Amino acid sequence: MSSVLDKGAPSCFGLLAEFPNVDDLLQAIHKSREAGYRDMEAYTPLPVHEVCHALGYRNRLPFLVLIGGILGAVGGFALQYYASVVDYPLNVGGRPFNSWPSFIIVTFETTILGAALTAVLGMLALNGLPRPHHPVFSVPQFKMASGDRFFLMLLSRDPRYEQEDAEQLLRELEPLSLAEVPHP
Amino acid sequence: MSSVAGDQNLTTVTEKISSIVLERKVGKGWILGLMVCFALVMLLLYSITVLLVKGVGIWGLNVPVGWGFAIINFVWWIGIGHAGTLISAILLLLNQEWRTSINRFAEAMTLFAVSCAGLFPLLHVGRPWLAYWLLPYPNTMGMWPQFRSPLLWDVFAVSTYATVSALFWYVGLIPDLATLRDRAQTGFGKVVYGLLAMGWRGAARHWERYETAYLLLAGLATPLVVSVHTVVSFDFAVSIVPGWHATVFPPYFVAGAIFAGFAMVLTLAIPLRKIYQLEDYITMRHLQNMAKVMLATGMIVAYGYIMELFMAWYSASPYETAIVSNRLIGPFAHVFWPLMLCNVLAPQMLWFRKVRHSTVGLMIVAMFVNVGMWLERFLIVVTSLSRDYLPSSWDDYHATFWDWSLFIGTLGLFGALLFLFIRFLPMISIFEMRTIVPGGRPKGSGANGNGEGH
Repeated sequence: MSSVLDKGAPSCFGLLAEFPNVDDLLQAIHKSREAGYRDMEAYTPLPVHEVCHALGYRNRLPFLVLIGGILGAVGGFALQYYASVVDYPLNVGGRPFNSWPSFIIVTFETTILGAALTAVLGMLALNGLPRPHHPVFSVPQFKMASGDRFFLMLLSRDPRYEQEDAEQLLRELEPLSLAEVPHP
Repeated sequence: MSSVAGDQNLTTVTEKISSIVLERKVGKGWILGLMVCFALVMLLLYSITVLLVKGVGIWGLNVPVGWGFAIINFVWWIGIGHAGTLISAILLLLNQEWRTSINRFAEAMTLFAVSCAGLFPLLHVGRPWLAYWLLPYPNTMGMWPQFRSPLLWDVFAVSTYATVSALFWYVGLIPDLATLRDRAQTGFGKVVYGLLAMGWRGAARHWERYETAYLLLAGLATPLVVSVHTVVSFDFAVSIVPGWHATVFPPYFVAGAIFAGFAMVLTLAIPLRKIYQLEDYITMRHLQNMAKVMLATGMIVAYGYIMELFMAWYSASPYETAIVSNRLIGPFAHVFWPLMLCNVLAPQMLWFRKVRHSTVGLMIVAMFVNVGMWLERFLIVVTSLSRDYLPSSWDDYHATFWDWSLFIGTLGLFGALLFLFIRFLPMISIFEMRTIVPGGRPKGSGANGNGEGH
């Protein structure tokens, strides 16, 4: 166990506590925040909104998806306009070159495509995925984070972080296990 | 009402569903099923090879009937795919948590059905190696595709649909792939599932964005699925061929697609839940709900048939009336009346609680609908083309061996992909099942709410 004296470079990446259910996890989050910790991450086997609220996250994804959709729409229509009016005007039964009603469907499809691709790629990019390795994976019991266990990690980069204090805080919450997550 | 039966919690759902993939021995039935389907895939590849060597002349196409089996099968397959999107997207938006145990394989079914569907127009163009000409790109020929044509709309609609379906399915799989990675016993499994899971670790902030992306995808897929079959119906309705030029086509096609798709989901779900002992997850309630959706959409389809008859009379157009008489008493009566039996009469059985409560009864009705929807596509495509305005250009249509071998081959492809899917990926969404069993939600957060409707 390293000492609190060595505050400049914490010996580990974070401290990982394992809980049997989501209520214990929520309690742990609240207690840690009360104690002044801000940089922490919770791991759950299923999406739990209460956990996100407790951690106080903001989510920029919807805005990005809106932008993706708009770009898809503008790009789709511009493509058809350029092809049918500028580069390859073809008189079909005397209809105007810019026969916009018949361009609506492709515009609609490119809107959906742009928004959907942004939703998925944006989600992955904001989450920093793909990232095959992460320090938490080196803790053996972390396997259960994709099964039936709930984890809370206090990150050592939090200015409030002090090894012994963090350990004591988490121990008082009676986790199933407590482990140091080594640096990558 | 709960969507799971028996005593389930986070541990049991994780173990039960992942063990089907990770621990269950490969059964004789699975091997036999895959062998049959694989043989049919070989038939498909053989038929495609012959087609590429000799050209579309090996099909039963002729001059008035330029759209034969290829278009019938295309429309049929893509319609089947629609139920998967409906279950995964529309029911998610409507917060119908009963969808949770059937959405994964329904989405897989969508993806595989769209793959089968996509083959047909590609092969039908005659020179599939030039199919990229359909896409708008600057080329040395100095030409662009014709954006005023429904056939090009179809290219965009179907390719967008295939892309979004694949994204939706894969995004839904990521957390479950992480579960498989963490539970895999073999090094190979760990590596493959690990790569596919992309390092998912269930961090709360990841879940937040994940759920947003999933919900937005559902919101995008919902109008998309309606647009796809609408555009498919435009291939017909925008033309001026008698029997096709009708405003009822889009809603009638969309309802028909959902009808056919739910029939196919039932056809797959009933044997699957039996073989893999998933009765606690895919309960009778699921089957009943699907039966009710089938009954409702079946009635819309029946309304479409009635409207076709009504419009033929009301339009006072001799060509439209001729189409109807060709169907009712003419050369296509042997397709029309079985169609009425399959798509209109057979689903009426679903009014009876006894039928909805019996897996055998549901299976029989679903089989009728599967056949009926194919007959409907046949009737739409062939009647109008073989008997249009000029009697001098009339001709009959007869499918050849190669028409049938391609169709049956795609059935094999669909089956083979499904067999591989249920063996290598969790057929029920594990993480979504966790949200509806006790233990996953904080106490006092409103029992079983799955939280997806925010």
